[in-house]
This record gives sequence, C-alpha cells and structure tokens, in this order.
Amino acid sequence: MRKSILFLSLLVALSLVLAACAPTPAAPTEAPPPTEAPTKAPPPTEAPTKAPEKVTIAWWHIQTMEEERALWQKLADEYMAAHPNVTVEITWMENEAFKAKMTTVMQSGNPPDLFQSWGGGVMNEYAKAGLLKDITADLDKDGWQDTFSPGALGAYSFQGKNYGVPRDMGMVGFWYNKDLFAQAGIDKPPATWTELLDDVEKLKAAGITPIAVGGKDKWPGAFWWEYLAVRIGGQAAFDAAYSRTGAFTDTPFVEAGKKLQELVALEPFQDGFLGATWGDEATLMGNSKAAMDLMGQWAPGAFADNSVDKKGLGDKAGWFPFPTVEGGAGDPADALGGGNGFVVGKNAPPEAVDFLKYISSVDSQRAQAEIGLSVPVVKGAEDALADPLLKIVQQGAAAAKYFQLYYDQAMPPAVGSVVNDSVQGLFAGTLTPEQAAQAVEDSAAQEIK
Amino acid sequence: MEIASASEDVLDSPRQTRSPRRVQDNLTIVLFLLPAFVFFLLFLVYPILQSLYYSLFNWKGFGPAVDFVALDNFKRILTDRIFMKAVGNGLLIVVLSLTLQLPLSLALALMVGRDLPGRVFFRTIFFMPYVFSEVITAIMWLFLYNPDPERGFINAVLILIPGVKPQPWLGSLTQVMGCLFVVLTWKYFGLHMLLYMAGLQNIPQEIGEAARIDGANRRQLLTYITLPLLGSTIRTSVYLSVLGSLQVFALVWIMTLGGPVNASEVMATYMYRFSFVRFWLGYGSAVAIVMLLISLAFSLTYQRLVRQPDYLSGM
Repeated sequence: MRKSILFLSLLVALSLVLAACAPTPAAPTEAPPPTEAPTKAPPPTEAPTKAPEKVTIAWWHIQTMEEERALWQKLADEYMAAHPNVTVEITWMENEAFKAKMTTVMQSGNPPDLFQSWGGGVMNEYAKAGLLKDITADLDKDGWQDTFSPGALGAYSFQGKNYGVPRDMGMVGFWYNKDLFAQAGIDKPPATWTELLDDVEKLKAAGITPIAVGGKDKWPGAFWWEYLAVRIGGQAAFDAAYSRTGAFTDTPFVEAGKKLQELVALEPFQDGFLGATWGDEATLMGNSKAAMDLMGQWAPGAFADNSVDKKGLGDKAGWFPFPTVEGGAGDPADALGGGNGFVVGKNAPPEAVDFLKYISSVDSQRAQAEIGLSVPVVKGAEDALADPLLKIVQQGAAAAKYFQLYYDQAMPPAVGSVVNDSVQGLFAGTLTPEQAAQAVEDSAAQEIK
Repeated sequence: MEIASASEDVLDSPRQTRSPRRVQDNLTIVLFLLPAFVFFLLFLVYPILQSLYYSLFNWKGFGPAVDFVALDNFKRILTDRIFMKAVGNGLLIVVLSLTLQLPLSLALALMVGRDLPGRVFFRTIFFMPYVFSEVITAIMWLFLYNPDPERGFINAVLILIPGVKPQPWLGSLTQVMGCLFVVLTWKYFGLHMLLYMAGLQNIPQEIGEAARIDGANRRQLLTYITLPLLGSTIRTSVYLSVLGSLQVFALVWIMTLGGPVNASEVMATYMYRFSFVRFWLGYGSAVAIVMLLISLAFSLTYQRLVRQPDYLSGM
C-alpha cells in the first residue's frame, strides 16, 4: 500500500513538474516583449505630451581604477543630465571576473546593453548566436564610422556587420625600467632576440629579476610565443594557418616555441612565476622589482595602480618594440596587439547606441587619453596622450603593416584557450615546442572551418 | 511490484473498507511530500537529464544544440591524459584526506572533547575555518603563499631560518597539490572534528567506567570502546570526506586555476575549463555526467560495503 502511494505521488509530481518545465525553455522567446516595450511604447506617449519613455541602459565595463571609473561615471552623469528619461546603470568588474560572468550571462541569452569587448573571436561567437545588435546602420549615419581609425573599427565587425566600436587600440611591447637596465650596464634596449638574451644574462648577473610574467593567467606568457611567431613567420605564416592552407605545426610556430624555451632556460622570471597573476606581474614592475615586461598599452596605468606609492615607474619607464629574430620573415614594423571597445547587446534600446556615440566622441577620447585609460582610436584625440611612451605605442600600432590581433581574441575561444594553455606548458617545460604547436593545431583543425 | 500490491488492495478490500479517513491520510502524505519532491525533480533530476542530453552534442552553449556526436565526448574524456590527471589528483586528495585529515580531526576531537581547561575556546577556533566561505579562504591563502618573501607570510617566516630559500608554492608543479591539501585540511578538519565530538558524546559514560573498573588502560579504552562505538560517525565522516574530495572546486579554481599546467587539475576545474573557458558546453556536460557516475558508483559501493548506512546518526 505504501508503495502504491509513493507511485501515485510520483505520478502526480511528475505531471506537475512536466507542466512546470514546459515554460522554462520557452522563457527566452517569451522574454522579448518587455524589452520591446520601449520601442513600441513611444507612439501613444508621443502624441499627447512628447515626454520620452523612461529607458535604462545597463553598461558593464572593466575599469577598476579609481580615476578611470570616475571618468565613465562622469560621462554617464552628463548624458543622464542631458537626457532625463535615460538611466545608465553602470556595473564594473575586474577583468577575469567579467569574463567569467559574461559566459553565464550570454548562455542565458540576456546580454547587458553595452559591454566591454576585445572584438575578434569571442565577439564573433556572440554575433553568430545572435546575442549582439547590428549597429552598422548607425555607423553609416552622419559619418560616425569615419571618426574611427579603420583598423581599430574592423576588429568589431563580423561578416560585414558592426556590433560595437573601439575605444582603444595599441600594441604589445616591452615596458622596462631604465634605472635597472643602467644598473646592469645596459646602455640601449635590445634590437634582436640574441641581444635580448644577452641583456637577460646581464640583468641576472647584476642580481636583478630580468622579466616579470603572470604565468597563472596564461595570456601574458602567450604574448611571447605569439610575438615570436609574428617575427619569425610574418603575416604569411598566420594567414596560412588560420585559413587552413597551412598549419600551426608549420616551422615558424615550432621555431617560436624553441626560441621561447631558449629564454626560459635562462630562468629570467621572478620566483614562482607560474603561480603569479597579471596583478602580481604589475606589482613587481610598479615597485621596480623586475626590469621588463612584455605587455600592452594598459601596462603603465596598472604599474602605477599596483605600486606602493601609486606612482609606478614615472620617469624610469621606457618602452621598446619586440626585438627582431635573426632570419625571421616578419617585418620589424609588424605588431601584435589589440584593444578594447564596447559592443551592443541584442536587447539594447536605441538610446544605448546614442550613448555609445556620446562616450566615443573626440572629447571623451581625449579625456580617456589624458588619464592613460585609452590609446585613442578616434581621429583628433591622439595628441591628448600625456604619456610620451603611449604616443609611441599609438604610432607603432597605427603604422604596422601587419597588425596581428592577440591569438586568443583573433581565433575562436577554444583555440585561444588552447594557445594560452600550451604556452604555459612551454614556460613550465612540460611541453616541447612540437607538442605545444600540435595542441594548437589539433584545436584549430576542429574549430576553424 | 507497486502495481501488484495496488491491485491486491483492490481485490482484497471491499469498497466500504476504503474509508474516507484512509484516503485523507494518503492525500496528506502526498501533499506533504509534494513540495520537496517537486524541488527534487526540478533542481536535481531535470538538470541531470539536461546534462545527459547536451553531453551527446558538440555544443557551444549558445542557441540550440544541433551537432549530434553520440558518445564521442565520452570517448574523448576517457582517453584524455589531462582528465586522467584530474582523476588522479582527486584520488590523491581522497587518500590524503582519509589518512591525514580524518585521523587529525579525530585526535583533536578526543583531546578537545575532554574536560580540559579552555576546550570551548579551542573548539571554537578549530571550527572557525569551516565557517569562512571558500572564496575568502582561497584569497587569504593566496596571500600567505605569495612567493615574494616581502608579500607572502609563509616565505617571510621561512627565510628567517638560515639556509632556507623562499619556495614557489602554488607556482611549483610539485608543491602545488601539497599546498592545496593543507588549505583543504585547514578548512574542513573542523567539521569532522565536530562530527566526532558529537559522536563521542553519544557514547554512554558507563561503558567506559565499567571497562576502567575491569582494568582497561587508556589505549584499550580507545581501541575497544571509543573507536568501535564511534563507528557510525566515522563512516559518515569518511563518506562526506570522499564525496567532498571528489567534487572540490572553488578553492582550487581561485588559487591555481588547476595549474600550473594542469598540475592541480581536478575533475570540477576540468569541467569548468571546458564549459566556460573553451565554450564546449556539450563536452563539459559529458564531464559532469562522468563525475556524477564516479560519485554515484562510490556511494553505492560504500553503502553496500558498510553494513549500516546510517550516515546521519553521528550528526
């Protein structure tokens, strides 16, 4: 008897659950109405009073530094003052936390209206899944798109459609501490890979940690392998591998691993670098505990923010491009880099695009440049860069004949992640250059079609 | 079975004996069971079935799953060296937990359970780490393990000893698992200690007194009285510890991301990496199913092996 009750209750419960389950998968399709409301609503309200409908723009950015956060807030406040019907809700998160949160938000199909993006592979995945809003028409209007430098804008287009705009574009290069270089008796920055290795030995001999790297976060290390591949193989090698006429097991990529292991063999990194984050890396540089760092345009700001005196390297800072590799096919002016931008979520109200336009204005770009937040991509804002080194970075990126977006952004996320994981193996000495190249190739063969 | 017994009921009992009271009782039972049962199905069974479904697809997590690959994901998991490494690391944590963490907890429970001065104080202190969230624990230990002696407390103390060099800790392929195990022990020994203490309190004092009158010494008291009577508590504790060890995630992910180079990879970090870093949700679902099967296999075998599966008696 007891069993029959259980059976009965099971049946009842099951039918209830099935009934309850049915709407759940359907929810996303039901969701649009509330978001559509703002677009549908205007006609009735416009007729009698012309008072615009209240709109909220959810904006997610990853600027955690006081000054940068304040600038975004100020721009939002200004916009809200001019458009009383619009509320801009800012959510700011640390870089890794943002990436983690994005994956779940995107899978639930509810992207924020305006959010940080690096363009490239990850953005393309979102676009393919229909999670982003096509803003090509807005860019075409009133010559908005002509305000951007074309290369930077291109990173935010996929199959001819634009989903966002850049705010910053720069290249990876060596940020170094001039004082520490002088202490080791190095009078000029290295121009070739051999010179770089020599300088590493000189720094070590002087008791200075030559290079800071955040091995745990992986991407800082991956820059090394990617840049070596850019120098050794040039544009042809990557284009061949990416278009699948070649492969990531081609000589330049294996050679890049070998060169990297030459460097690793010298033990040039801080103690415990495999467990260090990018934050640890910036702390070492900012406090003059390491001599150089291969990093993008955001480095000086992070050095300052992570240093004890909050000033960073100041006058001690220097910058030099990635050295050439003897016999490499790449041009010395080729650059590895990328930038930051904002893309528009699929449910964003039209006001979000208008607001995006506002924060992408020349004035806004100049303000960003002045505090070193962005290396500007809007024409006429370049001269606002206060840091002379960032000016060099800006010009270098703009002048590059072959500009390679970071691999983990240029390629689908799975391949990018395998690049990062494999290069960590090269740093730790657990993978041979051939194995690392093979791992990337296997993943590329599966993901890039 | 159910159907048979139900039909028997119908046959044996004339209509009148099916009293309204009985029907009402049944209804009450069903109603009381219903909320829990609905939640169980909705938040446990349904997601598992969903994972099972997605595990058969090559699916990126966006939009509907269309690329059906049958059991390819499972084949790939079982031949992946890194997954095997993750399983190995999980087993390592299990073995270390059973051989070090639980005996330590038991020893402390025996000590703190006695009438020692300040035992309440120690009990509170020992239990405190369990109350902290895993994230806070992980971040705190990240500071302690920092390899830079000027920033990491452990290395700062270590270099005071002449001839000892600062260690890389979490940045070392060989030290990282040991470091993580220290944190896991620090965090969870308090829970097991509390379980044992509760178990100890359930042992009637008279038995110990009788044994003492018979001339049993302390060691005999422990091995012949305390431990056997603590049996069900120990079984509970072992069960919780093994399942917890197999599923450990937050501490490892925050402290090492499963690195360096998969040196501290466990099944859950492996699953997370594929699901949410590489966007291979189908493959990640398959990993989740494999994890479920491993845990389930352990649970069932354990219940079979241990005669009295009275897991909660110690609590």
